[in-house]
Amino acid sequence: MNLPTMDRRVAVKKLLDARDGALVVTGLGSPSYDVHAAGDRNDNYYLWGAMGGAALIGLGIAQAQPDKRVMVITGDGEQLMAFGSLATISVARPKNLDLVVLDNQHFGETGMQSSHTGKGIGFDKVAAACGFSKTAELRSLEEVDTLCEELRRAADGPRLFVLKITAENLPRSLPPRDAVEVKNRFRAHLGFATC
Amino acid sequence: MTASVEAKHPEAGALAAAPAAPERQWPDQVYEVLKAAGISHMSYVPDAGHTTLIHLFSEEPEVITNVLTTEEEGIAIAAGAWLGGKRSVVLMQSSGVGNCINMLSLPVQARFPLLVLVTMRGEWAEFNPWQVPMGQATEASLKAIGLRVLRAETGPDLVETVAQAALMAFDADQQIAVLIGQRLLGKKKW
Repeated sequence: MNLPTMDRRVAVKKLLDARDGALVVTGLGSPSYDVHAAGDRNDNYYLWGAMGGAALIGLGIAQAQPDKRVMVITGDGEQLMAFGSLATISVARPKNLDLVVLDNQHFGETGMQSSHTGKGIGFDKVAAACGFSKTAELRSLEEVDTLCEELRRAADGPRLFVLKITAENLPRSLPPRDAVEVKNRFRAHLGFATC
Repeated sequence: MTASVEAKHPEAGALAAAPAAPERQWPDQVYEVLKAAGISHMSYVPDAGHTTLIHLFSEEPEVITNVLTTEEEGIAIAAGAWLGGKRSVVLMQSSGVGNCINMLSLPVQARFPLLVLVTMRGEWAEFNPWQVPMGQATEASLKAIGLRVLRAETGPDLVETVAQAALMAFDADQQIAVLIGQRLLGKKKW
Protein backbone atom coordinates (compact mmCIF):
# COMPACT_ATOMS: atom_id res chain seq x y z
CA MET A 1 0.00 0.00 0.00
CA ASN A 2 1.98 2.99 -1.26
CA LEU A 3 -0.39 5.92 -1.21
CA PRO A 4 1.05 9.30 -2.16
CA THR A 5 2.73 11.47 0.47
CA MET A 6 4.05 15.01 0.42
CA ASP A 7 7.23 16.89 1.35
CA ARG A 8 6.74 18.12 4.92
CA ARG A 9 8.90 21.24 4.67
CA VAL A 10 7.16 22.46 1.53
CA ALA A 11 3.73 21.76 3.03
CA VAL A 12 4.53 23.59 6.27
CA LYS A 13 6.04 26.53 4.36
CA LYS A 14 2.81 26.87 2.39
CA LEU A 15 0.74 26.90 5.60
CA LEU A 16 3.00 29.49 7.21
CA ASP A 17 3.18 31.72 4.13
CA ALA A 18 -0.62 31.86 4.34
CA ARG A 19 -0.84 32.20 8.14
CA ASP A 20 -2.29 35.70 7.94
CA GLY A 21 -1.54 36.65 11.55
CA ALA A 22 -2.22 33.23 13.04
CA LEU A 23 -0.38 32.31 16.23
CA VAL A 24 1.49 29.03 15.79
CA VAL A 25 2.29 26.26 18.29
CA THR A 26 4.54 23.37 17.29
CA GLY A 27 4.82 19.86 18.68
CA LEU A 28 8.22 18.61 19.75
CA GLY A 29 10.61 17.12 17.21
CA SER A 30 10.34 17.51 13.46
CA PRO A 31 7.25 19.78 13.39
CA SER A 32 9.25 22.31 15.43
CA TYR A 33 12.12 22.00 12.93
CA ASP A 34 9.76 22.36 9.96
CA VAL A 35 8.22 25.55 11.34
CA HIS A 36 11.61 26.98 12.31
CA ALA A 37 13.00 26.18 8.86
CA ALA A 38 10.29 28.40 7.36
CA GLY A 39 11.57 31.32 9.43
CA ASP A 40 11.93 31.99 13.15
CA ARG A 41 9.26 34.34 14.47
CA ASN A 42 8.11 35.72 17.81
CA ASP A 43 4.57 34.46 17.25
CA ASN A 44 5.76 30.85 17.02
CA TYR A 45 5.67 28.83 20.23
CA TYR A 46 7.96 25.80 19.85
CA LEU A 47 7.91 22.79 22.14
CA TRP A 48 11.04 20.80 22.88
CA GLY A 49 9.22 18.48 25.29
CA ALA A 50 5.88 18.19 27.11
CA MET A 51 4.79 15.56 24.60
CA GLY A 52 1.03 15.69 24.18
CA GLY A 53 0.84 19.36 25.07
CA ALA A 54 0.79 21.13 21.71
CA ALA A 55 -2.92 21.00 20.88
CA LEU A 56 -3.85 21.96 24.44
CA ILE A 57 -1.47 24.90 24.59
CA GLY A 58 -3.18 25.91 21.37
CA LEU A 59 -6.56 25.63 23.09
CA GLY A 60 -5.41 27.84 25.96
CA ILE A 61 -4.14 30.51 23.57
CA ALA A 62 -7.29 30.30 21.45
CA GLN A 63 -9.48 30.82 24.52
CA ALA A 64 -7.39 33.74 25.76
CA GLN A 65 -7.19 35.34 22.29
CA PRO A 66 -10.59 34.72 20.69
CA ASP A 67 -9.97 37.31 17.98
CA LYS A 68 -6.84 35.64 16.69
CA ARG A 69 -6.54 32.36 14.82
CA VAL A 70 -4.32 29.69 16.37
CA MET A 71 -2.68 26.97 14.30
CA VAL A 72 -1.08 23.96 15.99
CA ILE A 73 1.41 22.07 13.83
CA THR A 74 2.35 18.74 15.36
CA GLY A 75 3.20 15.16 14.50
CA ASP A 76 1.23 11.94 14.65
CA GLY A 77 3.26 10.67 17.61
CA GLU A 78 2.77 13.84 19.63
CA GLN A 79 -0.95 13.90 18.92
CA LEU A 80 -1.30 10.20 19.80
CA MET A 81 -0.12 11.11 23.30
CA ALA A 82 -2.96 13.63 23.49
CA PHE A 83 -5.73 11.43 22.11
CA GLY A 84 -8.17 12.64 24.77
CA SER A 85 -7.39 16.25 23.92
CA LEU A 86 -9.61 15.91 20.86
CA ALA A 87 -12.57 15.32 23.22
CA THR A 88 -11.57 18.23 25.45
CA ILE A 89 -11.07 20.59 22.48
CA SER A 90 -14.31 19.53 20.84
CA VAL A 91 -16.26 20.18 24.04
CA ALA A 92 -14.51 23.55 24.49
CA ARG A 93 -15.45 24.33 20.87
CA PRO A 94 -13.07 27.17 20.02
CA LYS A 95 -13.85 28.71 16.63
CA ASN A 96 -10.28 29.88 16.13
CA LEU A 97 -8.23 26.70 16.60
CA ASP A 98 -6.88 24.58 13.77
CA LEU A 99 -4.85 21.43 14.34
CA VAL A 100 -2.50 20.26 11.59
CA VAL A 101 -1.13 16.76 12.13
CA LEU A 102 1.99 16.05 10.07
CA ASP A 103 1.51 12.31 9.74
CA ASN A 104 4.44 10.20 8.55
CA GLN A 105 2.99 7.18 10.35
CA HIS A 106 6.23 6.77 12.29
CA PHE A 107 8.04 7.95 15.40
CA GLY A 108 10.68 9.71 13.35
CA GLU A 109 12.85 11.07 16.16
CA THR A 110 13.46 7.75 17.82
CA GLY A 111 14.37 5.45 14.95
CA MET A 112 11.34 5.47 12.63
CA GLN A 113 9.30 2.92 14.51
CA SER A 114 5.85 2.66 12.95
CA SER A 115 3.01 4.41 14.79
CA HIS A 116 -0.71 3.76 15.18
CA THR A 117 -1.61 6.01 12.26
CA GLY A 118 -0.08 3.52 9.82
CA LYS A 119 -2.21 0.79 11.37
CA GLY A 120 -5.69 2.12 10.85
CA ILE A 121 -5.99 5.08 13.22
CA GLY A 122 -6.98 8.18 11.27
CA PHE A 123 -6.97 11.42 13.25
CA ASP A 124 -9.33 13.04 10.77
CA LYS A 125 -11.89 10.33 11.53
CA VAL A 126 -11.28 10.48 15.28
CA ALA A 127 -11.70 14.25 15.30
CA ALA A 128 -14.84 14.00 13.15
CA ALA A 129 -16.29 11.48 15.60
CA CYS A 130 -15.48 13.87 18.46
CA GLY A 131 -17.43 16.63 16.73
CA PHE A 132 -14.78 18.84 15.13
CA SER A 133 -16.39 21.23 12.66
CA LYS A 134 -14.15 20.21 9.76
CA THR A 135 -11.64 17.41 9.23
CA ALA A 136 -9.79 16.02 6.24
CA GLU A 137 -6.85 13.88 5.18
CA LEU A 138 -4.57 15.47 2.58
CA ARG A 139 -1.99 13.69 0.45
CA SER A 140 -0.74 16.33 -2.01
CA LEU A 141 0.68 19.84 -2.00
CA GLU A 142 -2.16 20.91 -4.29
CA GLU A 143 -4.59 19.94 -1.54
CA VAL A 144 -2.51 22.03 0.89
CA ASP A 145 -2.96 25.03 -1.40
CA THR A 146 -6.71 24.52 -1.19
CA LEU A 147 -6.45 24.12 2.60
CA CYS A 148 -4.63 27.46 2.87
CA GLU A 149 -7.63 29.09 1.21
CA GLU A 150 -10.04 27.26 3.48
CA LEU A 151 -8.18 28.27 6.64
CA ARG A 152 -8.84 31.92 5.84
CA ARG A 153 -12.58 31.32 6.17
CA ALA A 154 -14.32 31.46 9.55
CA ALA A 155 -15.04 28.17 11.27
CA ASP A 156 -17.95 27.04 13.46
CA GLY A 157 -15.62 25.08 15.73
CA PRO A 158 -12.21 23.44 15.89
CA ARG A 159 -10.79 21.93 12.69
CA LEU A 160 -8.23 19.16 12.21
CA PHE A 161 -6.31 18.31 9.09
CA VAL A 162 -4.04 15.31 8.59
CA LEU A 163 -1.20 15.88 6.14
CA LYS A 164 0.24 12.58 5.02
CA ILE A 165 3.95 13.35 4.69
CA THR A 166 6.94 11.33 3.52
CA ALA A 167 8.70 9.43 6.31
CA GLU A 168 12.20 10.89 6.25
CA ASN A 169 14.54 12.70 8.62
CA LEU A 170 15.47 16.01 7.02
CA PRO A 171 18.35 18.22 8.20
CA ARG A 172 17.32 19.72 11.54
CA SER A 173 16.52 23.40 11.82
CA LEU A 174 16.69 23.96 15.55
CA PRO A 175 14.49 26.52 17.30
CA PRO A 176 15.77 28.23 20.45
CA ARG A 177 15.83 25.89 23.45
CA ASP A 178 15.53 28.70 25.99
CA ALA A 179 11.94 28.08 26.99
CA VAL A 180 11.63 31.27 29.04
CA GLU A 181 12.84 33.41 26.15
CA VAL A 182 10.44 31.80 23.68
CA LYS A 183 7.56 32.31 26.14
CA ASN A 184 8.45 35.93 26.82
CA ARG A 185 8.86 36.95 23.21
CA PHE A 186 5.53 35.30 22.32
CA ARG A 187 3.80 37.28 25.08
CA ALA A 188 5.60 40.46 24.05
CA HIS A 189 4.27 39.94 20.52
CA LEU A 190 0.76 40.13 22.01
CA GLY A 191 1.64 43.17 24.10
CA PHE A 192 1.93 41.43 27.46
CA ALA A 193 4.56 42.10 30.08
CA THR A 194 7.11 39.51 31.11
CA CYS A 195 8.24 38.80 34.63
CA MET B 1 -9.36 43.42 28.55
CA THR B 2 -6.69 40.83 29.16
CA ALA B 3 -4.01 43.50 29.23
CA SER B 4 -5.76 45.28 32.08
CA VAL B 5 -5.92 42.01 33.99
CA GLU B 6 -2.17 41.72 33.53
CA ALA B 7 -1.52 45.28 34.58
CA LYS B 8 -3.33 45.38 37.89
CA HIS B 9 -1.96 44.03 41.12
CA PRO B 10 -4.96 42.68 42.99
CA GLU B 11 -3.07 40.59 45.51
CA ALA B 12 -3.08 43.09 48.33
CA GLY B 13 -6.86 43.30 48.16
CA ALA B 14 -7.09 39.54 47.88
CA LEU B 15 -5.06 39.03 51.01
CA ALA B 16 -7.00 41.65 52.92
CA ALA B 17 -10.26 40.07 51.78
CA ALA B 18 -9.43 36.72 53.36
CA PRO B 19 -11.46 36.77 56.57
CA ALA B 20 -11.69 34.10 59.20
CA ALA B 21 -13.86 31.47 57.55
CA PRO B 22 -16.27 29.04 59.14
CA GLU B 23 -15.18 25.59 57.93
CA ARG B 24 -18.00 25.09 55.44
CA GLN B 25 -17.65 28.47 53.73
CA TRP B 26 -14.16 28.00 52.39
CA PRO B 27 -15.13 27.14 48.79
CA ASP B 28 -16.97 30.43 48.35
CA GLN B 29 -14.11 32.36 49.91
CA VAL B 30 -11.47 30.57 47.82
CA TYR B 31 -13.53 31.49 44.76
CA GLU B 32 -13.58 35.15 45.79
CA VAL B 33 -9.83 35.11 46.38
CA LEU B 34 -9.17 33.56 42.96
CA LYS B 35 -11.39 36.13 41.25
CA ALA B 36 -9.66 38.93 43.12
CA ALA B 37 -6.33 37.57 41.84
CA GLY B 38 -7.51 38.13 38.28
CA ILE B 39 -8.14 34.48 37.39
CA SER B 40 -10.61 34.22 34.53
CA HIS B 41 -9.91 30.72 33.25
CA MET B 42 -10.23 27.32 34.93
CA SER B 43 -9.72 23.67 33.95
CA TYR B 44 -10.68 20.65 36.01
CA VAL B 45 -11.14 16.97 36.45
CA PRO B 46 -14.00 16.80 38.95
CA ASP B 47 -13.60 15.85 42.58
CA ALA B 48 -16.24 15.95 45.28
CA GLY B 49 -14.13 18.41 47.24
CA HIS B 50 -14.08 20.83 44.29
CA THR B 51 -17.84 20.68 43.65
CA THR B 52 -18.67 24.18 44.87
CA LEU B 53 -15.68 25.82 43.17
CA ILE B 54 -16.49 24.11 39.86
CA HIS B 55 -20.10 25.25 40.16
CA LEU B 56 -19.16 28.85 40.95
CA PHE B 57 -16.67 29.10 38.08
CA SER B 58 -19.05 27.46 35.63
CA GLU B 59 -21.83 29.91 36.52
CA GLU B 60 -19.60 32.95 35.91
CA PRO B 61 -20.02 34.16 32.32
CA GLU B 62 -16.69 36.00 32.35
CA VAL B 63 -14.77 32.80 33.18
CA ILE B 64 -13.80 30.14 30.63
CA THR B 65 -13.91 26.60 32.03
CA ASN B 66 -12.65 23.33 30.53
CA VAL B 67 -13.56 19.84 31.66
CA LEU B 68 -10.57 17.57 31.01
CA THR B 69 -10.16 13.91 30.10
CA THR B 70 -6.93 13.77 32.14
CA GLU B 71 -5.32 16.26 34.48
CA GLU B 72 -2.16 16.87 32.45
CA GLU B 73 -4.31 18.57 29.81
CA GLY B 74 -4.98 21.34 32.31
CA ILE B 75 -1.27 22.03 32.77
CA ALA B 76 -0.80 22.59 29.03
CA ILE B 77 -4.01 24.63 28.71
CA ALA B 78 -2.94 26.89 31.59
CA ALA B 79 0.37 27.54 29.83
CA GLY B 80 -1.48 28.45 26.65
CA ALA B 81 -3.82 30.75 28.55
CA TRP B 82 -0.82 32.58 30.02
CA LEU B 83 0.76 32.91 26.56
CA GLY B 84 -2.49 34.52 25.47
CA GLY B 85 -2.71 36.82 28.51
CA LYS B 86 -5.12 35.02 30.83
CA ARG B 87 -4.58 33.73 34.35
CA SER B 88 -5.77 30.15 34.78
CA VAL B 89 -6.22 27.76 37.69
CA VAL B 90 -6.31 23.94 37.52
CA LEU B 91 -8.43 21.84 39.89
CA MET B 92 -7.76 18.16 40.46
CA GLN B 93 -7.70 15.35 43.01
CA SER B 94 -4.43 13.94 44.35
CA SER B 95 -4.81 10.86 42.13
CA GLY B 96 -4.54 13.19 39.13
CA VAL B 97 -1.18 14.60 40.17
CA GLY B 98 0.49 11.42 38.97
CA ASN B 99 -0.98 11.98 35.51
CA CYS B 100 0.67 15.40 35.30
CA ILE B 101 4.32 14.79 36.04
CA ASN B 102 5.97 15.01 32.62
CA MET B 103 3.66 17.82 31.47
CA LEU B 104 4.79 19.82 34.50
CA SER B 105 8.21 20.08 32.83
CA LEU B 106 6.54 22.70 30.61
CA PRO B 107 5.72 25.28 33.31
CA VAL B 108 8.85 24.40 35.30
CA GLN B 109 11.26 24.77 32.38
CA ALA B 110 9.54 27.72 30.71
CA ARG B 111 8.74 29.35 34.08
CA PHE B 112 5.04 29.66 33.39
CA PRO B 113 2.94 30.83 36.33
CA LEU B 114 0.96 27.80 37.51
CA LEU B 115 -1.62 27.46 40.25
CA VAL B 116 -3.04 24.01 40.95
CA LEU B 117 -5.52 23.24 43.72
CA VAL B 118 -5.34 19.58 44.76
CA THR B 119 -7.95 17.90 46.93
CA MET B 120 -6.25 15.15 48.90
CA ARG B 121 -7.29 11.52 49.16
CA GLY B 122 -5.60 8.60 50.81
CA GLU B 123 -4.37 10.41 53.93
CA TRP B 124 -7.22 10.86 56.47
CA ALA B 125 -10.27 8.70 57.15
CA GLU B 126 -9.80 7.13 53.72
CA PHE B 127 -12.04 4.14 53.04
CA ASN B 128 -10.56 3.24 49.63
CA PRO B 129 -7.12 1.64 49.80
CA TRP B 130 -6.52 2.33 46.11
CA GLN B 131 -6.34 6.05 46.91
CA VAL B 132 -3.54 5.63 49.42
CA PRO B 133 -0.44 5.10 47.21
CA MET B 134 -0.90 8.22 45.06
CA GLY B 135 -2.16 10.21 48.02
CA GLN B 136 1.03 9.41 49.88
CA ALA B 137 3.17 10.16 46.81
CA THR B 138 1.47 13.44 45.86
CA GLU B 139 3.64 15.96 47.71
CA ALA B 140 6.91 14.14 47.00
CA SER B 141 6.05 13.82 43.28
CA LEU B 142 5.22 17.49 42.92
CA LYS B 143 8.38 18.54 44.70
CA ALA B 144 10.47 16.11 42.64
CA ILE B 145 9.37 17.72 39.35
CA GLY B 146 10.01 21.19 40.75
CA LEU B 147 6.76 22.64 42.07
CA ARG B 148 6.36 24.65 45.26
CA VAL B 149 3.92 22.79 47.49
CA LEU B 150 1.71 24.39 50.13
CA ARG B 151 -0.81 22.66 52.39
CA ALA B 152 -3.87 23.74 54.33
CA GLU B 153 -5.77 21.81 56.98
CA THR B 154 -8.40 24.39 57.92
CA GLY B 155 -10.76 26.62 55.96
CA PRO B 156 -9.29 29.95 57.06
CA ASP B 157 -5.75 28.70 56.43
CA LEU B 158 -6.74 27.49 52.94
CA VAL B 159 -8.26 30.83 51.96
CA GLU B 160 -5.12 32.69 53.04
CA THR B 161 -2.84 30.10 51.43
CA VAL B 162 -4.61 30.29 48.06
CA ALA B 163 -4.47 34.09 48.12
CA GLN B 164 -0.73 34.22 48.62
CA ALA B 165 -0.13 31.26 46.26
CA ALA B 166 -1.91 33.17 43.49
CA LEU B 167 0.31 36.16 44.16
CA MET B 168 3.47 34.07 44.00
CA ALA B 169 2.35 32.18 40.93
CA PHE B 170 1.32 35.12 38.78
CA ASP B 171 3.58 37.89 40.06
CA ALA B 172 6.68 35.83 40.81
CA ASP B 173 6.40 33.26 37.96
CA GLN B 174 6.20 30.31 40.35
CA GLN B 175 4.65 26.89 39.83
CA ILE B 176 2.57 26.16 42.90
CA ALA B 177 0.31 23.37 44.08
CA VAL B 178 -1.94 23.95 47.09
CA LEU B 179 -2.86 20.67 48.75
CA ILE B 180 -6.27 20.73 50.44
CA GLY B 181 -6.01 18.25 53.31
CA GLN B 182 -8.47 15.39 53.43
CA ARG B 183 -9.00 16.22 57.09
CA LEU B 184 -10.45 19.56 55.96
CA LEU B 185 -12.57 17.98 53.22
CA GLY B 186 -14.10 15.48 55.62
CA LYS B 187 -15.03 11.87 55.27
CA LYS B 188 -16.42 10.98 51.87
CA LYS B 189 -20.12 10.14 51.94
CA TRP B 190 -20.61 6.64 50.61
